Amino acid sequence: MTKVDRSRLMDVIWGIQRKKRYIGHDDITKIAQEFNMSRMELEGVITFYHFYHRTHSGNFTIYLNDSIISQFAGRKSVLKAFEEAIGVKLGNVTEDKMFGLFKTPCIGLSDQEPSCLINFRPFVDLTPKKVFDIISKLKDGKMPYQICDSPKSNIRYTPKEDRTVFFKPYKKFSSLSHLKKYDPEEVIDLVKRSKLTGRGGAFFPTGLKWQFCRHNKADVKYIICNADEGEPGTFKDRVLLQEHPELLIEGMIMAAYAVGASKGAIYLRAEYMYLKEPLEKLLAEYRKNGYLGKILNVKIPFDFDMYIHMGAGAYVCGEETALIHSMEGKRGEPGTREYFPVDKGYKGKPTVVNNVETLCAVPKILEIGLDKYLALGTDATPGTKLLSVSGDCKKPGLYELEWGMKLRDFLNLIGAKNPNFILFNGFAGECLSSADFDREISGENLLSDHIQFYFKDPIEYARKMSGIGLRSGGSFMVFDKKRDLVEVLKNIADFFVAESCGICVPCRTGNFLLNKKINKLILGHAERQDLEDIKDWSKIIKTTSRCGLGKMSSTALNDAILKFPEVFEKRLSDNTDFNQAFNLEDATADYNRIINEMTSDYE
Amino acid sequence: MNNLINLTIDGKTIEAESGRNLVDVAKKNGIYIPTLCYFRDLNPLATCRICTVKVNGKDTTGCTVKVAQGMEIEVNSAELLDNRKAIIEMLYAEGNHFCPSCEKSGNCDMQNHAYDMGLTVTRYPHVFSDKIVDFTPKRMIMEANRCILCKRCVEEVKTKEGQDVFSFVQRGINTRVKIDYELEQELSESEALRAMNLCPVGAILVKGMIQEQPFGERKYDLLGKDIKPVVKDNNLHKKANEKFIVATTSLAGCFGCHMSLLDIDTDFLDILEIAEFNKSPLTDIKNFSKRCHIGLIEGGCSNSENVAVLKEFRKKCDILVAFGECAIMGGIPAMRNFVPLQECLEEAYLNGVTTEIGADVVPGHEDIPKLLNNVYPCNEVVKIDYYIPGCPPNAQHIWKVVKSILLGEEFSITHDEFKYD
Repeated sequence: MTKVDRSRLMDVIWGIQRKKRYIGHDDITKIAQEFNMSRMELEGVITFYHFYHRTHSGNFTIYLNDSIISQFAGRKSVLKAFEEAIGVKLGNVTEDKMFGLFKTPCIGLSDQEPSCLINFRPFVDLTPKKVFDIISKLKDGKMPYQICDSPKSNIRYTPKEDRTVFFKPYKKFSSLSHLKKYDPEEVIDLVKRSKLTGRGGAFFPTGLKWQFCRHNKADVKYIICNADEGEPGTFKDRVLLQEHPELLIEGMIMAAYAVGASKGAIYLRAEYMYLKEPLEKLLAEYRKNGYLGKILNVKIPFDFDMYIHMGAGAYVCGEETALIHSMEGKRGEPGTREYFPVDKGYKGKPTVVNNVETLCAVPKILEIGLDKYLALGTDATPGTKLLSVSGDCKKPGLYELEWGMKLRDFLNLIGAKNPNFILFNGFAGECLSSADFDREISGENLLSDHIQFYFKDPIEYARKMSGIGLRSGGSFMVFDKKRDLVEVLKNIADFFVAESCGICVPCRTGNFLLNKKINKLILGHAERQDLEDIKDWSKIIKTTSRCGLGKMSSTALNDAILKFPEVFEKRLSDNTDFNQAFNLEDATADYNRIINEMTSDYE
Repeated sequence: MNNLINLTIDGKTIEAESGRNLVDVAKKNGIYIPTLCYFRDLNPLATCRICTVKVNGKDTTGCTVKVAQGMEIEVNSAELLDNRKAIIEMLYAEGNHFCPSCEKSGNCDMQNHAYDMGLTVTRYPHVFSDKIVDFTPKRMIMEANRCILCKRCVEEVKTKEGQDVFSFVQRGINTRVKIDYELEQELSESEALRAMNLCPVGAILVKGMIQEQPFGERKYDLLGKDIKPVVKDNNLHKKANEKFIVATTSLAGCFGCHMSLLDIDTDFLDILEIAEFNKSPLTDIKNFSKRCHIGLIEGGCSNSENVAVLKEFRKKCDILVAFGECAIMGGIPAMRNFVPLQECLEEAYLNGVTTEIGADVVPGHEDIPKLLNNVYPCNEVVKIDYYIPGCPPNAQHIWKVVKSILLGEEFSITHDEFKYD
């Protein structure tokens, strides 16, 4: 059996998708041959990622964000405008194959919604008028790159200059001089002592991860930057990549130096394809200056280079083992957890996967100095955190705040007038209510996340949770009184049904069934027992799912039921012996229609 | 490697070789951790999740755990047992499993687990998703309705060149296992048979090689244990010296369950000592003449008349029992849920092999009950209090349940009475 390196597979598929706008039967035959895989396996890879199409996706492929933030920002009229302007409904391609209109989950532009991507170029703050304008320009022969927007960074707040970590002027290459002073072990030690934890949302101690990887002997090790920022509402990594991509590259060089890795990759989500070119230019500059390739200008010279791997639309690939599978040219299914990536990761070699923000923090910690850095933030979580704010507030955008800020103060800072509920840490996070406003944003006094199933009522919740810190990977969506909580929960449920990878039944079907329960609630057919079912089923999904997607998918829903009982109460119908969701008229509608059609010509 | 360590499973201290697979270690020590996707420790798949255990307080799949010194493992807590049952139920709700028509019945790992766990009904609504039976491959049949996506075939069945014959396609709820037609032809007969036997359910079949084994000789026939169903607090409205009043009906069923009702022969006389029958095909009483204590429902709801009868039963009976698979999950009639209604009618009245040549009338009249868009399990139309699974259920099983519910007694069902495939 000849082993073919499949890490290039996704690029090859991208090449065809970009040129032909779909992957045809013959393409599959050809690619399968090239990579020595079965046609069906290749089909499995292609159909896993929603930006790959098996049928023509239009010369201009429009992906309109359908996240709840976009909906509340006026997506409906924008969608209508698109449909009118190109003449087909969502999910279709025009007859002349000029336009294809599709929906996609959050594209990392929540502070400038409604937004869309056209051939992966961003268009933000859409209005019906703007839509008609865009389409007519495209019809006139303009190309998306000529007329697209450049997404704003919207950095709304940073601490005072001497307390800011990320967003202050930075001189390229400057932090790398520290590597002349330190051994790799010393770098790891520094990172460990800085208490830096994974900023994607899992908060695993970064120094420890590096140490594990360093101790694993292998001929080659990998550093992967997880830039698959898929959590709805998050865009902090996009802003970092726009504002300070040099920090990321330097962070990766440091990580490689520390763990002894020779190869690196940035797994960039397809939604951020417009950031690829500038990043590649920058990589070339680092190469030219001797900071990639053979790196001599450090205490212990080493070899390290990196490239950019494009994702293709799958939320679950933000999970590190799924991401690794994706890079290996497979379906992005999370691994079995038998091994950690630091033991057996990319291509079976020790691998460190870190989030963009985590890696960007490292050069800054070296620059600021450990003592000064530890003086920022709180004991358990020193330093600052980036939060992407969207929803009902005056100043949506990016915030860098010192860990330890009270949620109430933060709400004031962003100008949230009447916050009712908050999705903290995206769709996979908690749903916060006023009971949480006095908690602080930090990693202090944390509790295990199963605890949510054991609260009896909101009062008990408030009492037990008052001193507990709040951590978010970066998403902060705030909603005021005029927003319907159940509509938000429905959007979340739809998202998880669409994004579940399908490998384990609790997540694959469990989320689908929870979604049905929410439909029942929306239609007013739900009874008290349905709420009990939601709780019980969520617990099963949470404890038995393979990866974080299933473990977190129902958190917000259960939080909401606990904290906003009145919202659900008013949608419940009385307990009866009859199942309200069954409606005889609906159930016989098909029959009436068919019989009418079939028997109409009898007489 | 002979590196012995100690660990505890459900409080019991066990000595084992360090690094061995937990499922195997447990088995060696007489502790059973149910598995479905797991079949060899070299490459645990961890897709089915039923071996979920607690290791030092954390939930994880047993098949991916390598034992180490001091591990504290929980296998059979009430919560974990219920999780396992819930997953099996979810697999039943997600797929379209009609055991009576399945070649693997009796040799099916999932069916065995369901028996073992005393599964009578799934707590989840049936998904009834449209899945295909793919006859195209030269040698095999891929029955997607039964596939539980355990991934065994994907990981294990390869050609000589190492290419996958089976693959996952799509994702999420639409994930399916598909077979590569060209590569399937390259498999030898023994490799094809291996694929069929590898499948823990009846999703992979080899044409012409499906052996019918007599009842009693199949893999799981002799296994099994008694089950103890729970009797709930009943809301019986009965006076002291009054007989129990029973009603029965057959909706979209084959009357097989009613036949089974009579299968207790002379014991039936004992039943008549304590019970009388009201509306029932057994008495031919067409309309309720009084309120009943218990209603037995055979069959699901296929048309508007079924719905009306079922609702009437709910109104007139204190306790409602769904007996037989059709009442519980739609059963054989529910196989039409994957075919558009129009096609069903055309097949039945116009194009079917048994229709008269030249038939061109589909009967439609206001007196004819209207077909529903789908066949509905009874519990999707009204609340059902108890379920007696079977196709048909064993007569002893039915009457034991009915008697025990009415008298409010605890009872158990032997494996023989419970098993029906």
